[in-house]
Amino acid sequence: MIEENPVSLHDAPIRSLNMIEAINDALDIMMARDPDVVILGEDVGYFGGVFRATAGLQKKFGRNRVFDSPINECGIIGAAVGMAAYGLRPVPEIQFADYIYPGLDQLISEAARMRYRSAGEFTSPITVRSPFGGGIFGGQTHSQSPEALFTHVAGLKTVIPATPHDAKGLLIAAIEDDDPVIFFEPKRIYNGPFDGFYDRPSKTWRGHAGGQVPEGYYSIPLGKARTVREGSALTVLVYGTMVHVAEAVLAEKGVDAEIIDLRTLVPLDIEAVEKSVEKTGRCLVIHEATRTSGFGAELSALVQERCFYHLEAPVERVTGFDTPYPHSLEWAYFPGPVRIGEAVDRLMKD
Amino acid sequence: MAEGPVGSGTSRGNLPPLDLHVPEPRYRPGDIVDYSHLPIPPAGQLGRPDETCDASETWPLTTEMIRVLDEQDRAVGPWDPHLDAETLRRMLRTMALTRAFDDRMYRGQRQGKTSFYMKCTGEEAISIASAHALSRDDMVFPTYRQQGILIARGYPLVEMVNQIFSNRADKLKGRQLPVMYSARDYGFFSISGNLATQLPQAVGWAMASAIKGDTRIATGFVGEGSSAEGDFHAAMTFAAVYNAPVVLNLVNNQWAISSFSGFAGAERTTFAARAAGYGIAGLRVDGNDILAVYAAARWAADRARANAGPTLIEHFTYRAEGHSTSDDPGAYRSAQEREEWPLGDPIMRLKRHLVALGEWSEEQQEAMDRELVEEVKVATKEAEKNGVLGHGLHHPFHTMFEDVFEELPWHLEEQAAQAIREREIKWPEWKD
Repeated sequence: MIEENPVSLHDAPIRSLNMIEAINDALDIMMARDPDVVILGEDVGYFGGVFRATAGLQKKFGRNRVFDSPINECGIIGAAVGMAAYGLRPVPEIQFADYIYPGLDQLISEAARMRYRSAGEFTSPITVRSPFGGGIFGGQTHSQSPEALFTHVAGLKTVIPATPHDAKGLLIAAIEDDDPVIFFEPKRIYNGPFDGFYDRPSKTWRGHAGGQVPEGYYSIPLGKARTVREGSALTVLVYGTMVHVAEAVLAEKGVDAEIIDLRTLVPLDIEAVEKSVEKTGRCLVIHEATRTSGFGAELSALVQERCFYHLEAPVERVTGFDTPYPHSLEWAYFPGPVRIGEAVDRLMKD
Repeated sequence: MAEGPVGSGTSRGNLPPLDLHVPEPRYRPGDIVDYSHLPIPPAGQLGRPDETCDASETWPLTTEMIRVLDEQDRAVGPWDPHLDAETLRRMLRTMALTRAFDDRMYRGQRQGKTSFYMKCTGEEAISIASAHALSRDDMVFPTYRQQGILIARGYPLVEMVNQIFSNRADKLKGRQLPVMYSARDYGFFSISGNLATQLPQAVGWAMASAIKGDTRIATGFVGEGSSAEGDFHAAMTFAAVYNAPVVLNLVNNQWAISSFSGFAGAERTTFAARAAGYGIAGLRVDGNDILAVYAAARWAADRARANAGPTLIEHFTYRAEGHSTSDDPGAYRSAQEREEWPLGDPIMRLKRHLVALGEWSEEQQEAMDRELVEEVKVATKEAEKNGVLGHGLHHPFHTMFEDVFEELPWHLEEQAAQAIREREIKWPEWKD
C-alpha cells in the first residue's frame, strides 16, 4: 500500500458524479495506490464492463491488472481466492448478482472461511462487486437481491451503498479490508436516485447531495450506518435503492421519520439502530429482496430483542414478494410507495 | 402439471425404448478379480516430447501410460529421469515414512485419540515424486491425500499429529477436521473438505505469479471422483485461457468412497484425455512408478516455468485402503482388487529397483522400517503431551470466535460471552 495522507474532505474539489463514475473513480484510485489490486470479470477489460464501471482501467493499468474472464463465476471467485493466497487483492466483478450462484461454494466454503480454517495463515481480501436489485425491467435473472444469502455466512461482510459519495468511500474501504466483502451495487440508482414513483420522470445525481463526490482518496468505515434524515416519529431501517424510496414516501406522507441507511449489513451498526428505535419507539424495515428469511427478518428480530420495551407498535417489514422477480409486473412486485405507505399508516395509527 | 402420466411416451416404430446406463464396477465383495481387460503397456515405450512442445503433441501420452520401471525392476526409456541413488533412497524413505505415519494415525483413530483419519496407502509415489520434482517454493494446492508432500518438504511430524489430535498445540486451533492441514511456510495451502475447490485456486495462484512476473509455479491436486465437479472445468478453462503456470494433478485411484471411477466418466475415456479438449498438455502416468511420476511432474513443472503452459497429469493408481476411517471398503468392493492390482505397490517397486541397482538390500529396508516406526512413535508421544481429541487440553475457549473476521464484531463478541457463560455451567473446572 502506498503511504499517502488522505485528502481532507473539506479541501477536496467536489464533482457531481453518478454511481458508476464514483465506483470507477474508487477502482482507479485503489489500483494506483496498491499494485496488488487486480480486476477480473466478464467484459470488464477492453469494454469496461456492461455497466461501464471499469471503463478505461485496462488502458490505464494494463491487461495484467484488468482483464476479461471466462463466463464462469466459480472460476472467477476460485481464481480470486488463489490470487489472494498469493498476496494480491482481487476485485472481481460478477456481472449481475443473479449470476453469482455458481460462485457460491468458492465464496461460502472457501473465501469466507479461509482465515478461520487456516488460523490466519491464509486470508481472502477479496471484494466481489456485483450490480443487484430490480426496477430496470431485468426480469427474474437480472433483478434479484440475494444479500441475505451472504449475511447468513460467517466470515463475509456485506456492503450496499445508496449514493455515489458512499459508493466510492465504501468501495475503497472494502478493497482495503482484509476480509472478503460482497459489495452489492443497486443498479436502479446507478444514474440517479429513484424515489419509487416509476411513472414520474427519472432524476439524475446532479444536484443531489449524495452525488457530490470529492476527488481523491477517502474511505467510509464498514459497519457504520448513515442517518439520512433525523426524525422523532418513526425509525426506518433501509439500504440501497430503497433509501430513496423511503425518503420520498415518508416526505409525501409528512411523517417525521428517522431514516437510517445501514450501508453495511454485516457487520451491522447496531448502536445506530438501537439509538434511533429507542428514540422513536417505532420501526419500519424495508428491503427489495424477497420477504421470507430476508435480512429484514434479522433486523426485526434484533429490534424486538434489544428495544422491545421502547416499542409502541410491532416492527413492520416492507419487502418484495416471495415470488421470482416478474418482468411485465415489475412495478406490482416492487415494494413501492403504496406498500410502504400502508405500513407507515399501521405503525402510526395509535 | 404436464399432460399425461410419466412414462406414457408414444412408441416410434420399431425403435427400442430408451435405456439409462448406470455404471457398475466389474467387481463387488467376494468377486474374483481379473484385470486382464486393463491395458498396461510395457515400460519405456512412449516418446518424451520437448517440454515446450505444442499441447497437441501430448495426445498419445494421454491415452497410453508413461512407465519407467519395467518387469525386471530396471529404469528404461526416454522418461527415465536418471536420478542418483541417494535421491532414490530419500524418496523411498519418505514414502515409507508416510506409510508408517498413516498406519500409526489410523490406529490412533481406532484408539479414540481423534475422530477421523485418511490414509494414502498405495498412492505415496504421487505426492513424494511431485514434491521432489517441484522447487521448494512452488505452491501446492493439495487434497486430503497429499500428506506425502508435507512430509517430503520436512514439515514436522509432531505438528501433523497435533493437528490430527486437534489439541492445544494444533496450529489450526482445533478448528479443522483431522488431516486438513495448512502450512504456509511449506508452500502447502489450507486443505478444504469441499472437493475440487482448490483447483481453480491453484490456477488463480499461478495467474498471480505470472501477473507479478514471479518464477514460482503452482500445482493443484484433485481426485478422479471430484474431477466431475464444475470446479475442474473452471480450473481447466482458466488454465488454458491464461496459459497459467500450473500443474494440475488428477489422482485416479479408482474409487471415490464407494463410487468407482465410472461415475466420473472413466468408462468412456481416460481422464488425461480431457486435456486435449482444452488445448492443455496431458500426461497419463503409472502412479505407482515413482520414477514415471517424477519424470512427468518434472516435465510439467519445467513446461510451466518456461511459460509454455499448464499440464494435466492423470496418475493411474489404486486406493489400497478405505476412503477414510469412516468407511469399510469390504462393503462395496472386492478385497482382491488390491492384491491383484497390476501396477503393484510403489514402495516395493522402488525398493526392488534400488536392490537391482545394488544400492539397497532387504536388511536395509527392514532396518529403515523399524527406524521409521520409532520416529513416528516418538512424534506421536510428543504430540500426545498436548492432548488428544475430547480429553481437554484444547485451545483456549475464546479462540472459537477468533479469525472469523480480522476483528471481532459486536455480534460475535456477544456470542462469545454466551459461550463462556455456558462453559461455566457445563464445565466449571475449565479455566481458560
